[in-house]
Order: sequence, then C-alpha cells, then structure tokens
Amino acid sequence: MKARNIHQFIGFGILRLCVFMVLSALFVILFDIFSKGHQSVSWEFISAMPRKGMTEGGIFPAIVGTFFVTVITAVLSIPMGMGCAVYLHEYAKDGWVTRLIRMSIRNLSGVPSIVYGLFGVVLFVQLLRLDTSILSAGLTLGLMTLPWTITASEEALKNVPQSYRDASLALGATKWQTVRTNVLPYAVPGMLTGTILGLSRAAGETAPILFTGAAFYLPFLPKSLSDQFMALPYHLYIMATQHHAIDKVRPLAYGTALVLIVLVFLMNFTAVIVRYKLRKVKME
Amino acid sequence: MQSLVLPKRKSSWISNSLKEKLIHGFFFLNGILSVLVLLGIFALLLLTAIPAFREVNIFSFLFGLDWNPTSYVKEVYGIVPMLVSTFMVTLGALVIAVPIGIGTAAYLSDVANPRVREIVKPVVEILAGIPSVVIGFLGIVLLGPIIAKVFNIHNGLNALNGSILLAVMALPTIISITEDALKNVPVSYESASLALGATKWQTVIKVKIPAALSGIIAATMLGMGRAIGETMTVLMATGCAPAMPESFLGPVRTLTSSIAIELGEVAYNTTHYYALFALGLVLFILTFIINLISDIYLHKFEKVNR
Repeated sequence: MKARNIHQFIGFGILRLCVFMVLSALFVILFDIFSKGHQSVSWEFISAMPRKGMTEGGIFPAIVGTFFVTVITAVLSIPMGMGCAVYLHEYAKDGWVTRLIRMSIRNLSGVPSIVYGLFGVVLFVQLLRLDTSILSAGLTLGLMTLPWTITASEEALKNVPQSYRDASLALGATKWQTVRTNVLPYAVPGMLTGTILGLSRAAGETAPILFTGAAFYLPFLPKSLSDQFMALPYHLYIMATQHHAIDKVRPLAYGTALVLIVLVFLMNFTAVIVRYKLRKVKME
Repeated sequence: MQSLVLPKRKSSWISNSLKEKLIHGFFFLNGILSVLVLLGIFALLLLTAIPAFREVNIFSFLFGLDWNPTSYVKEVYGIVPMLVSTFMVTLGALVIAVPIGIGTAAYLSDVANPRVREIVKPVVEILAGIPSVVIGFLGIVLLGPIIAKVFNIHNGLNALNGSILLAVMALPTIISITEDALKNVPVSYESASLALGATKWQTVIKVKIPAALSGIIAATMLGMGRAIGETMTVLMATGCAPAMPESFLGPVRTLTSSIAIELGEVAYNTTHYYALFALGLVLFILTFIINLISDIYLHKFEKVNR
C-alpha cells in the first residue's frame, strides 16, 4: 500500500517537472527578450529610419512593411477562408468532394513555410510578374494562413446553435437568407478571433517572405504595393546573423525582437477582446 | 388584436432560386480553392524541379553524399547530408519534446486542479505564438553560449541547439493534441481502473495513456512535421555547414536552411535554382506523408471514442 503511494508521489512529481520545464521555457524566452530589449526601445527606435548601415536609428520602415504585408494577407485570407468555411459547414454534403477538400486543408496546414515561399516565388514573382513586392509577399502569406482561417471560421460556425437555422428555414427563408441573417451575424466575431490569431502568426513569419519581397535595408517607406519592403522578422534575422557588425547591433536586435513579440501579443490580445465582446453579446 | 403585416416582397431582376444557386456555386468555388492551392503547390514545385534532372542524375541527387553547387571543378547535387541533418535535428527535438509533452498533457488532463490548468493552458498558447525567428535569435544569443560552455566547445551553434529549439516549438502542438486524446478516453475506463484499486498514477500510466495511444502518435507525427518544416530556427541556430553531420555537437544543415541560404544567391532558371526546388519537392513529399500518417491515427482515435 505504501509503495504504491510513493510511486504515485514520484510519478506526479515527474509530471509536475514536465509542466515546470514548459513554463520555464516561456519564462526564459520572455525574460531574456524583455530584460535585454527594453533599453533599446524608445520612441525614436519605433518611429525613426535606420541610419549608418543599420547601426543606429530605428525600425520604422520594418514596422510599416510588416503592417502592409499583414493587410494584404488579411485581404486574401479572410474572405476566402470564411467562404470556404461557410461552404464546408452550411452547404457541403458528406461526399468524396467534401472529404477531398478537408484532406487538402489539413495537408495545407502542414506544408512547411519555406515551401510556401518557393511557391510564391514561382507563382507571384515570376508567373504573375508581381516581382518581389509587398503584394507577392502578402499573397504568399495569405495562402499560408488560409487553412488556419478556414479551421477557425468553421469552429465559429459550429458554435451557432442548429435551432437558429431550423427556425429560419421553417419560416420559409432560403438557405442564403438563413446563412446571412441567422448564422453569419453570430459566427463572425468568432471567425475574426481565429483569423486574427492566424494573422499574428503570419506577421511573425520570415521564411515565406525571404524571397518574395523582403529587403535587407531600405531607409525609406514603400510607396506602393509593388515596392520591396523591410519587415520586422526579416530585420531581426538580418541583425542577428547577416549584419557586418553583429556584436555592435546586438542591442538593436534585442529591441527588434521585443517589438515583434509585443506586436504579436497585441494582435492576440485584440483577438481575445473580440471573443470577450462576442460572449457579452450572446449573454444579452 | 394587432394585424399581421407581411413584408412586401422585393421585386428583383433575378429569380430567387437562381440567386440561391449562384451563391451556392460561389461558396463551392471557395471550398474547392484549397484543393487547387494544394495541387498548385505540388504542380509548380514539380514543374520547376524537373529541369534540374536534365543535368543532374536523379540517383546521384537522392543518394549523393556531397552538395556543392558552386564548385569550380564540378557541381554536385547530393541531398543525403541534408536528409541526415534534417532527421537528426528532428529526432533530437522529438526525444526532448515527446516525453515532456505527454507529461504536461497528462498533468493537465488528470492531475492539475482547474486553477493551475487556467494558468498553464494560456502559457502553452503563448509559447505557440512566439515567432520562430525570435526562437532562433535566442538560440544564437542565449542557448549557443550555454552549450559551448557546458560541452567545452568553441561554438554552440549545432544540431543539439537546433533540437532543443525545435522541441520548444513542437511542444504546444504535442501538448494540446495529447491532452485532447487523454480527455477523449471514456470515463468508464478510468472508473473501472480506480474501482479495481489502482491508484490515480497507475490509471494514468497503465490505462489512459495506452487508450489514448493513437492520439499521442498523431500528436508526435504533427510535431515531427512541424520540426522538419521549420526554417528560421534551424537556419540561425545550427551552424549550417554543408557537409555530412558528424555528431550532435557539430554543425548541420537541413533541407529547409539550405533552401533559405542558397535561393537568395542563385540566378533564376539555372540548374542550381531548379535543384533548390527539387529540395522543396522532397520536403513537400516528406511532410505530406507525415501528415497523412498523423491523419490516419487521428481518425482512429476519433472513431474509437465515438
């Protein structure tokens, strides 16, 4: 009897150790970035152009570049992802076409990000002649986030009670009227939550934009969507590995990492707020 | 009594049933798009990779032990060193992440009180949200020096470094899917085990984890797919020497980091360029197979518990 309890004590101890390791991994990451990055971050760092071969000045163009690329990503990914989710959850009947679509979505979410980058180079940069630009990079990221948007949107549709649809259909509304007035209004906030989470991951991605438009050093802002751009994650990569004076710019690299993490967290926070608002609406 | 007023029917240039059909068609196009994207990725990779094999023998590509596309004497394209590197780093990551992931998931589903769970779950989600380039950066500035010191070597950018970082990145996937699998084990299994006098610990280890095995395998495969396809972390933290890896403490260069390093330097539409797309194709096929396997196991565990 006693031995068994000792076993359990040790066993649970091991499980607690596992949890502790996961927690401390996140703690170490955040602590290191925040403690060494916060000195570099100032208003000037966020709002100024890089100067003297990126050894001084700020990261403003990288923030702007990441913003524009994320907007393009959203423009491609949100309508198409939501449309696909509506089809799968509201229209599709169980059959081989539906199974094929679902299989494709699952596999798309497993395709490595660098492979999306290769795809973007051939399709957008070369075949569609968009050249290396904000547009190419944004569209590449848009395709990459598509499976996440679809999955999140479908989850939101699943949360709309079936009775809402039945009631509408029973009153004689058509399918589209039902979807438009009795399903989408309740699902859209949930769809947005999942989508914003996906966009925050896209904003932090580097591999897909390496060859589709991100630029090493551009001390001015992009003038149009067909310009190259600086991006926060790519800038961090450059500052950490490719810069000619790596040790000298290390504080700037830490600062960039901090800004990137804060940006991603802010987007996640927005998503949580959207979800919270949705809950309140439902309560009323 | 109030009289019921029927809304006036709007006259429209298009009949309702046709409109419904058009809208249905529109959503169907959206649905089929994901199939087209997947096929498109495969087709474009294949078409761009094929020209490489006009000059490179496919056997020496798949089984060659040297990768040196910029040699002045003779360019050689052999992917074995990169395959070995990729599998080494991935295997290392799984050895670290799978036990910790299962342990954490078991703790969350069976041991933790709700308050602890409320804290740990968001932490895991936050961990999943940290950009890979930030993790790679920490591999250079934080983990690298530690590894160099512990093993008394000159440079801490090596396979071990990459494995540890990839483990951190694969953990959220493994934890959340394993936890789902453990939660889906029917309560009767647990009750039966406890009623027979087993402790909670024995129940978790001998009943619940075996019952959730197919879900755990699916989780492992998904974590593996993520590790194989991850680019920035390994690009930054593994040293990237294009030779056959010697040990976990030596530099390695994976499929993904080779593409990332070399695609920026080659001219479009050269043999070297095509060969990099062939690497991409290999990567695509590898992850495709892994996803398919995880899919099969995921299906299995959904079926068992229905």
